[in-house]
Amino acid sequence: MRKDYNLEKRKYVIAGFLVVIALIYGIRLFDLQLNDERYKKSADSNAFLKKTVYPSRGLMYDRNGELVVYNQPAYDVMLIPRDVQPFDTLDFCETIHITPEQLNKRFADMRDKRINPGYSSYTPQRLITQLSSQDYGRLQEKLYRFPGFFIQKRILRQYNYATAANVLGNLREVNQRDIEKDEYYAPGDYTGDLGVESSYEPYLRGVKGTEILIRDARGRIQGRYEGGRHDVEAISGRDIKLSLDVKLQQYAESLMVGKRGAVVAIEPKTGEILCLVTAPSYDPRLLVGRPRGQNYKMLTNDESLPLFDRALGGAYPPGSTFKPTQGLIFLQEGIINTSTTYPCYHGYINGGLRVGCHAHGSPLPLKPALQTSCNAYFCWGFKNMIDRRSKYGSSAKAFEVWKNHLVSMGYGYALGVDLPHESRGFLPNAKFYSKFYGEGHWSANTVISVAIGQGEILATPLQIANLSATIANRGWFITPHAVKEIADTVIPAEYTEKRFPTIDSHWYADIAEGMRMAVTGGTCRRAAIPGIDVAGKTGTAQNPHGKDHSAFMGFAPYDDPKIAVAVYVENGGFGAVFGVPIGSLVMEKYLTDSIAPSRKYMEDQMLNTSVFYAPKSKRK
Amino acid sequence: MLPNQNESSPSVFRYVDWTTVVIYLLMVIAGVVSIYAASYDFDEASMFSFDEFSGKQIRWIGLGLLLGFFILLIDWRVFDTYAYPIYIGMLLLLIVTPFLAHDIKGSRSWLTVGPMSLQPAEFAKFATALALAKLFSGYNFTLNAKAINYVKALAIIILPIVFILLQNETGSALAYLALFFVLYREGMSGLILFAALFAVVIFVVAVKFTDIMFLGIPSGEFAIMVMVMLIMIGMTFIYYRTLETPRNLLFWFGGTLILGWLLAGPCGIALPGMGWMIGSVCVGCVYLCIEALKRHRKALFIPVATALLSIGFMFSVNFAFQKLQPHQQLRILVVLGIEEDLRGAGYNVNQSKIAIGSGGLTGKGFLNGTQTKLKYVPEQHTDFIFCTIGEEEGFLGAIVVIGLYLALIIKVIAIAERQPRPFGRVYAYCVASYFIFHFCINIGMVIGLCPVIGIPLPFFSYGGSSLWGFTILLFILLRIDAARKAYA
Repeated sequence: MRKDYNLEKRKYVIAGFLVVIALIYGIRLFDLQLNDERYKKSADSNAFLKKTVYPSRGLMYDRNGELVVYNQPAYDVMLIPRDVQPFDTLDFCETIHITPEQLNKRFADMRDKRINPGYSSYTPQRLITQLSSQDYGRLQEKLYRFPGFFIQKRILRQYNYATAANVLGNLREVNQRDIEKDEYYAPGDYTGDLGVESSYEPYLRGVKGTEILIRDARGRIQGRYEGGRHDVEAISGRDIKLSLDVKLQQYAESLMVGKRGAVVAIEPKTGEILCLVTAPSYDPRLLVGRPRGQNYKMLTNDESLPLFDRALGGAYPPGSTFKPTQGLIFLQEGIINTSTTYPCYHGYINGGLRVGCHAHGSPLPLKPALQTSCNAYFCWGFKNMIDRRSKYGSSAKAFEVWKNHLVSMGYGYALGVDLPHESRGFLPNAKFYSKFYGEGHWSANTVISVAIGQGEILATPLQIANLSATIANRGWFITPHAVKEIADTVIPAEYTEKRFPTIDSHWYADIAEGMRMAVTGGTCRRAAIPGIDVAGKTGTAQNPHGKDHSAFMGFAPYDDPKIAVAVYVENGGFGAVFGVPIGSLVMEKYLTDSIAPSRKYMEDQMLNTSVFYAPKSKRK
Repeated sequence: MLPNQNESSPSVFRYVDWTTVVIYLLMVIAGVVSIYAASYDFDEASMFSFDEFSGKQIRWIGLGLLLGFFILLIDWRVFDTYAYPIYIGMLLLLIVTPFLAHDIKGSRSWLTVGPMSLQPAEFAKFATALALAKLFSGYNFTLNAKAINYVKALAIIILPIVFILLQNETGSALAYLALFFVLYREGMSGLILFAALFAVVIFVVAVKFTDIMFLGIPSGEFAIMVMVMLIMIGMTFIYYRTLETPRNLLFWFGGTLILGWLLAGPCGIALPGMGWMIGSVCVGCVYLCIEALKRHRKALFIPVATALLSIGFMFSVNFAFQKLQPHQQLRILVVLGIEEDLRGAGYNVNQSKIAIGSGGLTGKGFLNGTQTKLKYVPEQHTDFIFCTIGEEEGFLGAIVVIGLYLALIIKVIAIAERQPRPFGRVYAYCVASYFIFHFCINIGMVIGLCPVIGIPLPFFSYGGSSLWGFTILLFILLRIDAARKAYA
């Protein structure tokens, strides 16, 4: 037989090709098996299902031990797409009360990788969240008809009282940002939103546990890994005792019906917030369960901004409630003493400038000035301080001293309350004015309105209430906070430490006396409560957007203050119209648990009067 | 001095290549063990239970050995004599199969014979090999003698491909393309294999590197153009054996590339990049044509044709790629690492890579693989059996299996080359070609280097058709080989 030896050499080409491929595969195997730990981890995470055991969330009680927020079970309908067989969709929809269109939409959303990036037909997917217990019961009975579906128990919040939504907060599902910020969270977890739920989330949420299960490719559980030896038990969240008095909160909210504004009451000795009302508010139960999304949208679109906590986030001109701070600064700086008098000719008239005032005796010293809320007195004091170059060198330097005193009293910066979204208000500094008017081109008269809490000054109702508490304590305060106790641990140290403003405490006694006089024979006579010595200060804040805001701050009893309060009613007119009655009713309710018969008319008036707010208010 | 021609005498077993038989036995035993591991369930099942895949496979192996034994008893000349009838019979079977078969996952390739389901496509392998061997063993047949010989050989290869494609079994059909190795061994120009390889390279590079731009054209296409230039220079050298012409080409291509880079880069002139490159190649082509005519060197037209065909192919790749089925496109893109679709088309490959990768050096141990035990890899007892070995027996086990294949195929090539007759040699090369194809594609897809083409790993994957098909293929070879002394 003829043999072509040239062609026979080609066996080397073919065998060589094979050997090269085998070598490449060998190198690839080396790379996969010996060079890369990633695959080992992937195999483990495939095979071991770390099933999350959700802890029960901490409960919330009010200061008197009333249960306010508790847990209720909810049920998510889950499915593993691979295991789902054709089923009676109509029956399914009727069982859990949804329309076939909604079901189709849910299926489409579940499969849409943009909406649900973790979609896989092999792993459990959440189809419908938060079934009611009734729907759950019905579905549970029929579940055998829907292969591939199962139900996962979750925890929802429930509220005993339709009150304090702004303080309590609610639960929402975590979003991508939460997951990136805190690795504790996994998609589908809940987290606190707003209020204490949000700020005390780490205490309330507890610690998730894990059950390690062996899982096959279809997500079917094949058993516990090594009999559960590596499982971690869930740790329940800590219960929280709020400093709120839920009855007082409800009462104050009822007084604020039909008005926009805020009521803040603080126990001066502890800094504990007794009530923190923003109006209008909403029933916290609106943000529970499946209707949450829809209701949240409704609240967001409401132009009265019910989700906006005016008590912490609203920055308002403090008006005359600011005057005590001025008195304190002037006394501390030696601009005045308690007997210094200033004239008031129906106002402060200086350098072609006139700040109006109402009729009262003139000239007058500090305490009567507080009693009658004399604008001129504080304008004079302010002028004498800011323009005293002999002492401070320049108006700008004097203004910085003035400003620093206010900062120490809690103005201009967030107080640090244990609730989210606190506004810092606004306190201008010298630089602000130098930029606006030019260096050295401004003096006390240029900015005189800040002396009476107008102009650039903005404060939150919480800051005003805190001033009231500081005066009640005669010179110190504790950062206001809404949580009194946390189970098995202590509240953060900042809520137990006294803070001392840069004003000597004896000056506070004089201011307190002035505020007491305002109740006994001044602007807040209506604040007087039979049998209780009340001190108070009205505020009527001018407002470029409409009618004046009505404000009040006060504390009682005068000698041993148990409650300090601030009230702010948007466009409520004079402070005495809404601020004084509401503030004094809140104090009376808290101190005596009732309203004196002589003041019932005032309560009825407050409960039934609404302030008219023009629709489409030109709020900025 | 006539050798004993009584083929029924037991002496045939003296000449059987026992090494190959031992490799074969090692493979099927390792296969059945792997199948047991791959299909092992948590409720302790027996390896030998006929309800299990492993038990069924043992039955297939037993019957397969019996089949092999009978093949060894047949006179080898039966295969020679009846090669065409067997081939034609098998073609007829392939033609009727789609009409008789039930639809299983879109493919109509399974015939039910009593209790068994068989895939004629697997059995057509040996028939095609016999027919090809028969063709080449014709009196004084040389492939390159006449063009008609190519037509005949191609017809034998392509007919089964067409009929198997009609059954929607793309993977099985592609295996027949491996027979081009046989044509190469029998004299087909290496240029064709080279062209096929280069076509694959062009395809991969053109489809894969489309993002980064270079000289205003995708970097993949740029790289192909540079490759074309280098190949032109290399071919000119090989076919002309002078330094001058290739050197001129080198300077020309290098010069235009550098000039283009300078103009586009530092000077910031936006060139029509593709036009520039093609222009450069075309000038090179014209130069080679002039040289070819002037010096009477027709061979110089080869680099010209190569360059023009390559560029034409490159342009048609994107067009052709769009014509593929979406799931095929996706599989290709996933393998090329362009698409990352771990839950969809890439799921199998990714899970199989995880299974193999988690095996480490020595593996997790028999029956301890979590990936395979828990059914993360679909088709793990059939097409993806190799990942069970990779996971449970580790790198060492996987290398042993690759080594077994290398030994088997090289052994088959050695057998081929010792055949006194073209019939035996061509048949043996057909066997080697099938094994090379299945080995390369199956293991390649399991470790994520090739597209997922559903073909089994011979002797390892679960399935009677594949096992019997390859057993028949191998034992006919052993029978023919055992008779090599007949005319020696």
